[in-house]
Amino acid sequence: MNKPTEERITTSVTGYRRPYFATQPAYLYPGYRSTVKRAPTRPLVFLPHTLSEVTGPVFGYDDVKTTDSDLTRQHDGEPLGERIVVSGRILDENARPVAHALVEMWQANAAGRYRHAVDDHDAPLDPNFTGVGRILTDGEGRYRFVTIKPGAYPWRNHYNAWRPAHVHFSLFGIGLVQRLVTQMYFPGDPLLEYDPMYNSVTDEKARQRMISSFDWESTIPDIALAYRYDIVLRGRDATPMETSRS
Amino acid sequence: MSLLTTSSQTVGPYVKIGFEPFTVVELAPAGVAGERITLSGRVVDGDGKPVNDAVVEIWQANAQGKYAHPEDAQDKPIEAGFRGFGRCLTDAKGSYRFTTVKPGRVPGPGGALQAPHIVVTVFMRGLLKHLITRLYFPDEASNAEDPVLTLVPADRRATLIARRSPNDKVALEWNVILQGQEETVFFDY
Repeated sequence: MNKPTEERITTSVTGYRRPYFATQPAYLYPGYRSTVKRAPTRPLVFLPHTLSEVTGPVFGYDDVKTTDSDLTRQHDGEPLGERIVVSGRILDENARPVAHALVEMWQANAAGRYRHAVDDHDAPLDPNFTGVGRILTDGEGRYRFVTIKPGAYPWRNHYNAWRPAHVHFSLFGIGLVQRLVTQMYFPGDPLLEYDPMYNSVTDEKARQRMISSFDWESTIPDIALAYRYDIVLRGRDATPMETSRS
Repeated sequence: MSLLTTSSQTVGPYVKIGFEPFTVVELAPAGVAGERITLSGRVVDGDGKPVNDAVVEIWQANAQGKYAHPEDAQDKPIEAGFRGFGRCLTDAKGSYRFTTVKPGRVPGPGGALQAPHIVVTVFMRGLLKHLITRLYFPDEASNAEDPVLTLVPADRRATLIARRSPNDKVALEWNVILQGQEETVFFDY
């Protein structure tokens, strides 16, 4: 007699595809100095995707407020700088929308300064700009932030090092192994070719996918320009890792 | 397949402003069933220095071994108020701390049960992509047959097993060592 169907269902897990060659940075990239003392030095152990890895935290509309996604409306006054809309879709590699997933973002202000105690860049803070947002994607995987275009800023990685303007994005996806933190860059930024973080990704096309595109259709007349940034999370393997065919 | 996964980039030195608003260090409010534990430790870099700008996230099943997620089809109850997700930013000493309940065993490949474990994700400046590791519990006979722990070379397994605090029965201690002889096992996920 077969085991109960229920038990077979619970042990059949469809894993996620591993990242495509050269699309993800290595841990050690000496051009980015901080990797040297923080990258693992011993071999990684291959992790099968079990129930623990294909599940992950589930968030809901209670976890976000509407002002969380409009960074120009989080204070009494208006922040300084160029207002922009940043929007796009979160999809998986199979082009399926990642629905109702938490998206977090943070960034510098228009002058290139973060509201953070260790940022001592000699540029002004903006009392009306925190630089932090979050939103839950809709049923089609769409998200939309209204914010201020961040400024470039110097860092101490090497002589006269400047980070290109960027917005940090944190994505949860549906399963834990879809988790992704990345940075969105802006089109035509001359600092990109000098930036070790951007260049830590060896595949040129993969690098270019981190650059947003100017998005005329999402502009708000007389108010804001717009950039589009679609983010792709891992997709499911075509077949379950183990099948029960008893 | 039609698309490729977006490249990972580091959280950078200012991750605190982005992640702190969604900090969760107490996972199990009153009323959630299970053995209460505290879990704490330090994150240490290749020079043995505390990492004061790291973020530790944890993901776990409830005490029954059930994940609060639609793909966990086991016929077991989920618990109101227990999401199973924690996030802690390390302090000046590189320390993190959670209070939660000990997870139950969850199914693994082939239907065998996994030993109780917590999946741990670590972010910081200097990590171009996050690390994933697992925390296991001391004095667990099932560790010996866990389908993931047994993939780890035997001489490194101890790096994934928390220690019971000598002073406090419910306290577990576990450090994330980024490099060196005692380097924590990290997974290729």
